[in-house]
Amino acid sequence: MSETLALTRIPLDEYAELLGTGEIEELRALAKPLRGRSMEMINSTAVGGGVAEILNRLVPLAEELELNVKWNVMSGGEDFFEVTKSFHNALHGAPYHASAKDFEVFLAYNERNRGTLPLDAEFVVIHDPQPAALIDARKSGSNHWVWRCHIDLSHPHRAVWDFLEKFVSRYDGAMFSSPQFSRQLPIPQYLFYPAIDPLSEKNCDLDAVFVAQILARYNIDPQRPILTQISRFDRLKDPVGVIRAYRIVKRYFDCQLILAGGSASDDPEGSIVLKEVLREADNDTDIKVIELPAWAPLEVNALQRASTIVIQKSLREGFGLTVSEALWKKKPVVASAVGGIPIQVIHKHTGLLAHSVEGTAYQIRFLLSHPEIAAKLGEHGHHHVKENFLITQKLKRYLTLFLTLARGS
Amino acid sequence: MNAAETPFEFFTVSYLTRIGNQSAGTLAELLTGLENCSDASIFHHAYQTLGSHHFLTEGFSNDFAQWVLADTNRNDLAEQLAALDIRDYVSIAALRSDLCRVVADFCTAFPHFAGQSALERFYFCESVEVTAPLGRSARTLDEFRDGVAHLSHAGFYFHFISSRLRLQLQTNDFSHWLSDGLGLQTLADSVNHIDIYTNTLDSTRSKLLRLIDRERRKA
Repeated sequence: MSETLALTRIPLDEYAELLGTGEIEELRALAKPLRGRSMEMINSTAVGGGVAEILNRLVPLAEELELNVKWNVMSGGEDFFEVTKSFHNALHGAPYHASAKDFEVFLAYNERNRGTLPLDAEFVVIHDPQPAALIDARKSGSNHWVWRCHIDLSHPHRAVWDFLEKFVSRYDGAMFSSPQFSRQLPIPQYLFYPAIDPLSEKNCDLDAVFVAQILARYNIDPQRPILTQISRFDRLKDPVGVIRAYRIVKRYFDCQLILAGGSASDDPEGSIVLKEVLREADNDTDIKVIELPAWAPLEVNALQRASTIVIQKSLREGFGLTVSEALWKKKPVVASAVGGIPIQVIHKHTGLLAHSVEGTAYQIRFLLSHPEIAAKLGEHGHHHVKENFLITQKLKRYLTLFLTLARGS
Repeated sequence: MNAAETPFEFFTVSYLTRIGNQSAGTLAELLTGLENCSDASIFHHAYQTLGSHHFLTEGFSNDFAQWVLADTNRNDLAEQLAALDIRDYVSIAALRSDLCRVVADFCTAFPHFAGQSALERFYFCESVEVTAPLGRSARTLDEFRDGVAHLSHAGFYFHFISSRLRLQLQTNDFSHWLSDGLGLQTLADSVNHIDIYTNTLDSTRSKLLRLIDRERRKA
């Protein structure tokens, strides 16, 4: 059965201290014409994954603005989620053998959910490909349907995209995380950045004593520069390249490197990459390879806050929200110019971009030599996140979208 | 205290960014895009970007200049594009004409650079604007100061920067009302001369409030 989720209240005023009362007043002003009007968010999972994490915070905040918003989760069996996982990977460009059976399974579950989900709100927001075919339930012109795509569609598997495009083209609009992730479509496409929550455990202020405890737990010296990359052990995050950049920096600065990411125990490829990382680290005691539990927001927060410089040397990236997490903490960031990273790191303004191991090393050395510039980049980065990548800004974008759709009709 | 007949009504603004169908991978393609994109696209990349990057000052003035600098490494052209000051324009058409002229002149002078691939493509986007009244108004300078002090960044941007196009005058909402509503022409001129390129929105607002305070002390 599909389910409607009941969420814990998040008082909007708690954000006023961080953002200013003017920003909260603005949200209320934009929401005023939408009070009491119905909105329905639909995705395919209540827990795990970035979409559920965002909706868990976004929906209660929208309720604070007196919007009548519901979050419904579609139901599906293992066969459905196997198919949609294949679709997900194929849309990212991975090889996939398209089979008629897969498309049938996809359509059957969407049809079943059309019978159980309300789908009668004035504004219906469908997240990602799994529920995309729910659009078949739309009664002509009766309400507004938009599709929020959280994945990179720049190089999709042709057959999967051709299949999905027939549904997507019938929405009133589609939202993408970056212009380069979008497709040519006959409907308006909007830029919707992913967002972080400044009050969540991963981003809230931490007591210095707690941060020191975390450093002590992993035997990290707080007196020497700390370079950190937080990401799973995946070749596309180039952890080996990070170690090579660190080795160049180490010739000039007595620094330490933290490579911290989710446990690789349930991911065969992750285990292989972890071994490659450990081999490259070659027992260097200043390289800390940390396998974190799957959900360790406070540890991630503490390691980011303790860092001198945060690195994100990905070879390919989605949006790369770990960059925004670091920038929010006023950390100077050196990152690759891939995926959504250049949107967050405006070169020489909110961080430094690099295109190689050597470039990454040079930018780190530059920042270690010029701490005043590093501090300024961190400060600007914090403002950039505050203005563009916080959950409150995301809520504002939704309000603006709904007002725009309502105006159009 | 002097009170205006017509009150100043405080608004805020929010923008949706609509992704366009054009992109550029070279300077020549940038020129084609500039010639053909919508007015809303020029507005987005030259005006609205000042609101979304209000905390930057040195070296950031519009998205075209930033892309030319970061992705094509043509500092000279970037400087020329950055030097175009939106305060000099009361129409998008005039700004577009100058943007095109600057890029076209560069491509003519350096044809070998015009076709070189950039590191990342430039995507033309558009701003879709929604405004909302904040339910607050001012008739006196004191009320006006209070309203300005409490505005969000977007509200301040709306009245101080994007208003220039709306009014089709080389001024902003604040100066317009200070002059027309309260008859404070000198204050209006001083406010209009605050440099939005070398100040952040926060420091612009601080300067504006200081100018108002100086005026209040005179009264």
